[in-house]
Amino acid sequence: MKAIPLSYIARNLWVRRVTTLLTAGGMALVVYTFATVLMMSEGIRATLVATGRPDNVLVLRKGAGAEINSGIERQQASILETLPGIATGRQGEMLVSKETVVLNSLPKRGSGKPSNVTMRGTGPAGLALRPQLTLAEGRWFRPGTAEIVVGRAVAGGFEGAQLGQTLRFGSRDWLIVGVFDAAKTAFDSEIWGDAELMMQSYRRGAFSTVVFRLADPGSFDAVQAAIAADPRLQVEAKPEVRFYEEQSEALAKFISILGTVLSVIFSIGAIVGAMITMFAAVAQRTGEIGTLRALGFRRGAVLVAFLAESLLLSVVGGLLGLAGASLMQTVNISTTNFQTFAELAFQFRLTPGIAIQTMVFALAMGFVGGFIPAWRAARLKIVDGLRAA
Amino acid sequence: MFLLKLLLLNAFRHKLRTGLTIVGLVVAVGSFGLLRTLIDAWYAGVEASSSTRLITRSAVSLTFPLPLSYAQRLKSVDGVTTISWANWFGGVYQTERNFFPQFAVEPGTYLTLYPEYRLSNDEKQAFLRDRQGAIVGRKLANTYGWKIGDQIPLRGTIYPGTWTFTLRGIWDGAEAKTDESQMLFHWAYINESLRQKYGARADVVGVYVLGIDEPQNAALISQRVDTQFRNSQAENMTETEAAFQLSFVSMSEAILVAIEAVSYIIIVIIMAVMANTMTMTARERMAEYATLKALGFSPGFVVRLLFGESLLIALIGGGLGLLLTFPAVAAIAGALGSFLPVFQVQGSTVALQCGAALVVGVVAAAWPAWRMSRIDIVQGLRHIG
Repeated sequence: MKAIPLSYIARNLWVRRVTTLLTAGGMALVVYTFATVLMMSEGIRATLVATGRPDNVLVLRKGAGAEINSGIERQQASILETLPGIATGRQGEMLVSKETVVLNSLPKRGSGKPSNVTMRGTGPAGLALRPQLTLAEGRWFRPGTAEIVVGRAVAGGFEGAQLGQTLRFGSRDWLIVGVFDAAKTAFDSEIWGDAELMMQSYRRGAFSTVVFRLADPGSFDAVQAAIAADPRLQVEAKPEVRFYEEQSEALAKFISILGTVLSVIFSIGAIVGAMITMFAAVAQRTGEIGTLRALGFRRGAVLVAFLAESLLLSVVGGLLGLAGASLMQTVNISTTNFQTFAELAFQFRLTPGIAIQTMVFALAMGFVGGFIPAWRAARLKIVDGLRAA
Repeated sequence: MFLLKLLLLNAFRHKLRTGLTIVGLVVAVGSFGLLRTLIDAWYAGVEASSSTRLITRSAVSLTFPLPLSYAQRLKSVDGVTTISWANWFGGVYQTERNFFPQFAVEPGTYLTLYPEYRLSNDEKQAFLRDRQGAIVGRKLANTYGWKIGDQIPLRGTIYPGTWTFTLRGIWDGAEAKTDESQMLFHWAYINESLRQKYGARADVVGVYVLGIDEPQNAALISQRVDTQFRNSQAENMTETEAAFQLSFVSMSEAILVAIEAVSYIIIVIIMAVMANTMTMTARERMAEYATLKALGFSPGFVVRLLFGESLLIALIGGGLGLLLTFPAVAAIAGALGSFLPVFQVQGSTVALQCGAALVVGVVAAAWPAWRMSRIDIVQGLRHIG
């Protein structure tokens, strides 16, 4: 079967520039919405997943679900320290960090509205367990003093959280001595200080979590069994990666479901636009269709030609929308994660998978919008077509 | 009258195209309404708050408790009439998916402070007498099919263990905006078990709710309360209930801003579709408009024809979309259950939807109307649609 040349199809779109632009513009907006929502959801997920390390294990109180709900008594923490299979650092110290995690509500920069920031009390082991943290400014806090270091997103996003300023909580003034860069993980949205002093200030008797490094990453099951076997430990252990992945689930899912539902509804608008344009194209070119058929092009070729025109239109719209969405990658946003009740800063993230999904979505709109008009064009009788010319 | 008839005939000359455009408009105006309603739902807590209530929480953040001993001192603050307290329980009913707010409260005073939770006297007495009793809002009860006397087990995330409550009452909201998706039970029940198991964690309160009788003095009273406890072990912060609720809304501001932006994007999309329709219509009728002009009609008449037609289509589509918003919102409210306590179309949403339809109609006709009013009669007559 002889196909109608692509240049004929592309020129038809060019001839009716205003209409093409308006239709593709409508599609581009739908595609833009679709892509940014997926990018937002992926950004949250990627930020939290990158936070955990596969060989770190996080221990929470049974059923706590989030760090702020959890409590690990001192005695339990000491038992956990003696578990077999915990890695040791360069100086032979155990890589175990007993941490206290609380929320502090600070005013956001710009709006001045308060939002919760995660405050993590830890020690040298805590830093050794998270090698992704590097110092950007100043120095680390000294253990046992009222010094704190803030993540990059906190320093940039909150009032009074810059280097050299002090924060007042737990009837103490805490001096910010450093800003750290956590390589775009959730730690960027945290404030770190000394665990013991924080516990004292908050009058807490228990730690929140215990984090340790496995000497052999494959030995998690053995450690978990050891914990389950000890009746004094009413706790649950999770690989850090899985824990942070779970923390991203609710928010990422909420955004992606809301976004997908919206995009599908919006796409009806764009499909209607494509249909109108294609119906008009068929009506205008009835004579041409008749001529093409008389020249020997089959019904199938006409169908393919009009469908291709609609698909080409959607490709233009899809690329425009995707280009707009890719600009969003430079934007930093932050919102409260429902699960941790704390602020989380993240970026829109465009992955090849999202780009492909987006283009498939655009092509689907073009296909649905173009099929009926193309069908009608193909069904046209040669005589009727030629008569209209 | 003649003009209207002409507009109607013109609008439906191309039935398929107009029909499709109207479908697009219905979808756009309808989903615009849904999104506005979703945003309003976020503010439901703020809308439902009373100016006679103040909330006192720890100055550090909500997750820090205040000592129970503050209750007496708060009561003595000038201007405070009633005092109650509540702890966020954060329990899980069966699975994590079944989310609804639960508060352990001081029941007698709490119900005095929240008169909009309408409970029959018998149910109220039964709840107050039973330490393991609980009351829930009508909407929540309907979601899970609970009846009075049912046992409701909750798995604690903050308070370890499984806690079982007996349902003693179901409240109806005094107004449509009243929250009917919460569960309340006795603070003392939780506290006693806590004291037995972990002595140190007992006798603390999440937030204090203060009743005041002079709303105009809210700021002054808040200040008095906060000065009382300045430099104490647990400093606190007092604000009106509305401000307290607003602080929750502002936490998810980024998402709200995104939803708001998206709600306008759909209007812009339909504007492009509608403008396309009107441009095509005008192009096809160029000869007609030229004829009208040749007959002596002014360019203004042609402009009026185009604007009229565009507005007519926009209003039909917008009107249908508006009408469809109500059943759609009702269906979604049913499906969401207790996730969003109040999900209702507001008057402002309806006004915005009408406004959006009008703007779409006007903008879509602007370019073709300008072009058609300026066509040269000779050229126009030569043009074959």
